[in-house]
Amino acid sequence: MATQQTRSLARFMMAPSVVLLFVWMIVPLAFTLWFSFQQYNPLNPIRDGFVGFSNYALFYSNPAFLQSILNTLILVASVLLITVIGGILLALLIDQPMWGQGIVRILVISPFFVMPPVAALVWKNMIMHPQYGVFADIARFFGGQPIDWFGQYPMLAIIIIVAWQWLPFATLILLTSLQSLDGEQKEAAEMDGAGFVSRFIYLTLPHMSRAITVVILIQTIFLLSVYAEILVTTNGGPGYASTNLPFLVYQKALLEFKIGQASAGGIIAVILANIVAFFAMRAVGKNLDK
Amino acid sequence: MARAVSTQHKTIATAAAWIVALLIFFPILYTIITSFKSEQEAIQGFNLFPSGTTESYTAVEAQSGYFKFFLNSVFLSVGSTILALLVAIPAAWSMAFSPGKWTKDILMWMLSTKMMPAVAVLFPIYLIFRDTGLLDSRIGLMIMLMLINLPIVVWMLYTYFREIPGEILEAARMDGASLWNEIVYVLTPMAVPGIASTMLLNIILAWNEAFWTIRLTTTEAAPLTAFISSFSSPQGLFWAKLSAASTLAIAPILIMGWFSQKQLVRGLTFGAVK
Repeated sequence: MATQQTRSLARFMMAPSVVLLFVWMIVPLAFTLWFSFQQYNPLNPIRDGFVGFSNYALFYSNPAFLQSILNTLILVASVLLITVIGGILLALLIDQPMWGQGIVRILVISPFFVMPPVAALVWKNMIMHPQYGVFADIARFFGGQPIDWFGQYPMLAIIIIVAWQWLPFATLILLTSLQSLDGEQKEAAEMDGAGFVSRFIYLTLPHMSRAITVVILIQTIFLLSVYAEILVTTNGGPGYASTNLPFLVYQKALLEFKIGQASAGGIIAVILANIVAFFAMRAVGKNLDK
Repeated sequence: MARAVSTQHKTIATAAAWIVALLIFFPILYTIITSFKSEQEAIQGFNLFPSGTTESYTAVEAQSGYFKFFLNSVFLSVGSTILALLVAIPAAWSMAFSPGKWTKDILMWMLSTKMMPAVAVLFPIYLIFRDTGLLDSRIGLMIMLMLINLPIVVWMLYTYFREIPGEILEAARMDGASLWNEIVYVLTPMAVPGIASTMLLNIILAWNEAFWTIRLTTTEAAPLTAFISSFSSPQGLFWAKLSAASTLAIAPILIMGWFSQKQLVRGLTFGAVK
């Protein structure tokens, strides 16, 4: 049906998006790749030059590197676990008949719209502050000792904050999927005497599986690059206790001006993201064929 | 087909859901409450009933010029969204209405650019911005935000456009409508709701973007994300002021967000969950 004319028109209409994204993807990444094989220090340009893989070796031998990779994975895995399980439970709860369901939905989804620095600072100062925070008030009320969250358990504190931001997203997606479940199927299962648990395992869960996959993949993309939450709470510390890979790269590049090492770290981040992306694209791509 | 639900069941579900919902919402609620306290009140322990003073709000504006950051946020989020729509509408349009052999691959590739971690290109972008004088400029950051969200915008528009029945186009063509008339009188009215939804979600995403907006600005182009981050190392008593600044920063987008739940699901799952 498409004539030669409409086809070339289509190409013309697509060109700006494609060209922009292509340049945006290739140019900076090529720079990063090039820098990752260079000794480059804007403050001390005398020793600049090609150094092979030594930036990667340096980054790798830096004790902060392994710690940061570990922290990145812990953060992603913990938040995924909390938000997916919590999201399923919450979606099941909100899906029940109740009064004021609309308002409940609004309250639950709200944290997702809070910008990361605000979310992190509110938790840091109003909720988890060892002296003035609500948790400290609660601890004192029960005669306990307030916890210094960011000093003693920095990773846990950040996991709680990030999970609070993403639980609404998981809940909303899973609830949407739950509500698209055919009512008649549910009734039929009920009539056949299937209890709540077996209905959940054999009917609801398989129905939600695609939504769960999507939640895991989309969240992973964003969780791999958590940044602002760390910047305004622990600043990566104490030591490197709460430094993730993005934060380490930022420190190397803009605070220490070790551009070569930072670029090597950036390339490692790309590889990590690509492993995730590989699975993400397959899942989303399958859906496109429908 | 309504199932009979016992009142007891409904009461328990209502109570449980409200308790959980209020717990999740609590940090936001408490921030709003604290913003109406004085600094003395704010540190005197748990208290849900503020004196109702608005001194923190006036202080935030007087001491740090809140309004400038707010305007930057509005300019950047709306500007980058309009820019993205201008680029994305033709692309999504042609992919939805005259899909070719490569359409699916192009869409997937666009999505893959979204997965590139920002830190990987932090320094090159920083260099490019510095050397072209775009550092701390609204235009530079606007282009940046546009590029970041472009894949989502194309995808979302594509899923909306794809639902417009092609037969209508053919009917219009048969009746002798020119391409221009086809676009203005037939397609635009059907496409507007999808474009509006896309715009809404994209403004929210741009408003809350907190990597480039913090790293590529210092004072002139800094939006609210950068402004709030500057509170991380405060001087003196500041709980009430932090709360006031936070409330102001999230209020507009929170309200917009409440109206965009459906679009959010669709946009962020790339049409996989509707």
